[in-house]
Amino acid sequence: MSAEETHGNGSASAEVAARVERRWATIAVIIIVAMALLAAFAGIHRATMPQPRVETTDPSRIHLSGEFVESNLGSVLEANGNVTVRAIGQQYSFTPACIVVPVDTPITLRATSADVVHGILVQGTNINTMLVPGYVSEQLMRFTRTGDYLMPCQEFCSFGHEGMWGKVRVIDKTEFADRAKGGGRLSCVGQ
Amino acid sequence: MLANRKLILAHFWLAFGVFGIALTLGAWQMFIRSPIGTWLSNPELYYRSLTAHGTVMGYVFPTLVAMGFGYAISESALEQRLVGVRWAWTGFWLIVIGSIMAVIPIAMGRASVLYTFYPPLIGNVFYYFGVVLVVVGSWIWVALMSINLRVWRKAHPGAPVPLAMFANVAGSYLWAWTAVGAALELLLQIIPVAAGLKNTIDAGLARVFFSWTLHAIVYFWLVPTYIAYYTLVPRAIGGRIYSDTMARISFILFLVVAMPIGMHHTFADPQVGAGFKFIHSAFTALVALPTLLTVFTICASVEIAARLRGGRGMFGWIRALPWDNPMLLALAFSFVMLGFGGAGGLINMSYQLDASIHNTQWITGHFHLIFGGAIVIMYFAIAYDLWPHLTGRELFDVRLIRTQLWLWFIGMIVTTFPWHWVGILGMPRRMAYFDFGDPAIAPQALSVTFSAIGGFILLTSGILFLVVLARGMRAPQADAGPYRFAIAVHQPATVPIALNTHALWVALMIGLTLTNYGYPILTLALTEGTSVPAVYVGAQ
Repeated sequence: MSAEETHGNGSASAEVAARVERRWATIAVIIIVAMALLAAFAGIHRATMPQPRVETTDPSRIHLSGEFVESNLGSVLEANGNVTVRAIGQQYSFTPACIVVPVDTPITLRATSADVVHGILVQGTNINTMLVPGYVSEQLMRFTRTGDYLMPCQEFCSFGHEGMWGKVRVIDKTEFADRAKGGGRLSCVGQ
Repeated sequence: MLANRKLILAHFWLAFGVFGIALTLGAWQMFIRSPIGTWLSNPELYYRSLTAHGTVMGYVFPTLVAMGFGYAISESALEQRLVGVRWAWTGFWLIVIGSIMAVIPIAMGRASVLYTFYPPLIGNVFYYFGVVLVVVGSWIWVALMSINLRVWRKAHPGAPVPLAMFANVAGSYLWAWTAVGAALELLLQIIPVAAGLKNTIDAGLARVFFSWTLHAIVYFWLVPTYIAYYTLVPRAIGGRIYSDTMARISFILFLVVAMPIGMHHTFADPQVGAGFKFIHSAFTALVALPTLLTVFTICASVEIAARLRGGRGMFGWIRALPWDNPMLLALAFSFVMLGFGGAGGLINMSYQLDASIHNTQWITGHFHLIFGGAIVIMYFAIAYDLWPHLTGRELFDVRLIRTQLWLWFIGMIVTTFPWHWVGILGMPRRMAYFDFGDPAIAPQALSVTFSAIGGFILLTSGILFLVVLARGMRAPQADAGPYRFAIAVHQPATVPIALNTHALWVALMIGLTLTNYGYPILTLALTEGTSVPAVYVGAQ
């Protein structure tokens, strides 16, 4: 027994209802497919996507050896002109507390946590990543104007969370190249 | 026919009582971190308060509302006395004991880990035991809903399950399965560490387990609201459900696709690869579908009521609606907040856009708009609608009810819109205070002040809500008649078996979860050397 039979002359209205519903459902599905396609396009064509690879690191040893030892933290000018920044978060600060980078240069941020979960967010940009102890976070960055940017910890990391604010100082390319001449790792110290 | 009114009232009073306390804490938090308050000398108090607010609002309050409403639906929609009343009371008392057990360490400052646990931060073990008891209590409800439906089916072979009960049971299955993620995290990872049996924990794996729970739990909170949209609103304003089939499809879609999407919470995390992040992003887009279907069906159902009242024209019918009816008012507010919150949600779930707002105040704004706004305002409406049937007395404060709903709506907008704005500016969430003296932060002071004012509007509304319910307990007696649910324009005489049972959809839900979570969880669990020392909260 169908709905039409029980309602007699209701069959015409049931047909209208079914048709309108189908139309609405089609529109809804089109919206969703379009959104997924846009995301796929932006990800594949424009290469904007979250961190693709999973890398691990032993947080109990990062102070002793490997890429996150204290002498290796900060910004370094690579041979190809790109810049790599290495940083760690710990309760309740970043090391270095102020990162210095050149403007208009591809930058790779590599960071991890020494204790609990932290997060790095640079205000006024799309730079935003989690620091999970045991894992390395990698994020590509590029700044188009010089100046100071605030860099708060965006993840609750216990009682001192509200005091955990770092800074990014974006300076002129030639000035950065000058400072990087002697090699070594740069931070805002001495500026 | 509500035989177990005391049981249902106990759930609602406990739910709204703890809601009132958590709401007060919320308003205090807004005040203390805004420029109109003064900095706390001990910011740790802020995180205690935040943990209590989140734990109550996230776990205890919505679970109790879903349970109380579920028992009411089971008795009235099935027209059958509740089977397993003694078990229902056992579940209730487990939640009472669990809540008390959790709240004591929070108040002592030994469990300030917020409601999402944040390993390797580890709080007092009794906090986690308390949360587990709340969940176990609610699982008794899940079992009872399933058993009651089975008893009814035996007595009515082949008959269509009433829509309210079909949706209620779907919601209970969704809850049972989504809670498994956090349960695994607690039992396998957190509790052994909190109890001192282990001292390291894989924080990345814990975050993935939690994301299993963290998104689908929102749809569990949402189900009572959607049941109210479909089965209470049309009846309360004299209309019909536009389509019974569409309603069933919506609830089934929630059951199937709400589960395997939680990893969009880890877009910015280093422990999940890009592939699974994209899959979860695409699935999250899919979960917009049942909401879009519901918005259409409910607008059409409301239009039927308006046309029956003589409304005409393309949009003229909107004027013919009974705008003084609290249920309609709540629905309208709920839809507006769902619209804004949903639009924000589409941004959050986007693989790319998420980076601009991840973990900022925007997220707080988003989920307060959806849960605190669109969902909770319908919890109010459900309580108002049920109260006369539970107390046997009339709710006569209709004007006060309207004021309360208006204040909640205004308060929620005033609170959350500035949050969205400062989130775009990059203001991080969960901060005990901001240094508004810093020139870079000073421009956000005005927005934060507005939010705090919104918090007090919400508190006022919450107090009015409790006052209306309390006065309803002492009003003159009046027989409210049997509790009814809306019927459809074309009420089905038979329903295809797939739309009348849950087994197929539960199987799909579990299967999809295993494919979307199984591989990432296994890989993380098998990766060596990612466990880190636990950091005990409150330890010297």
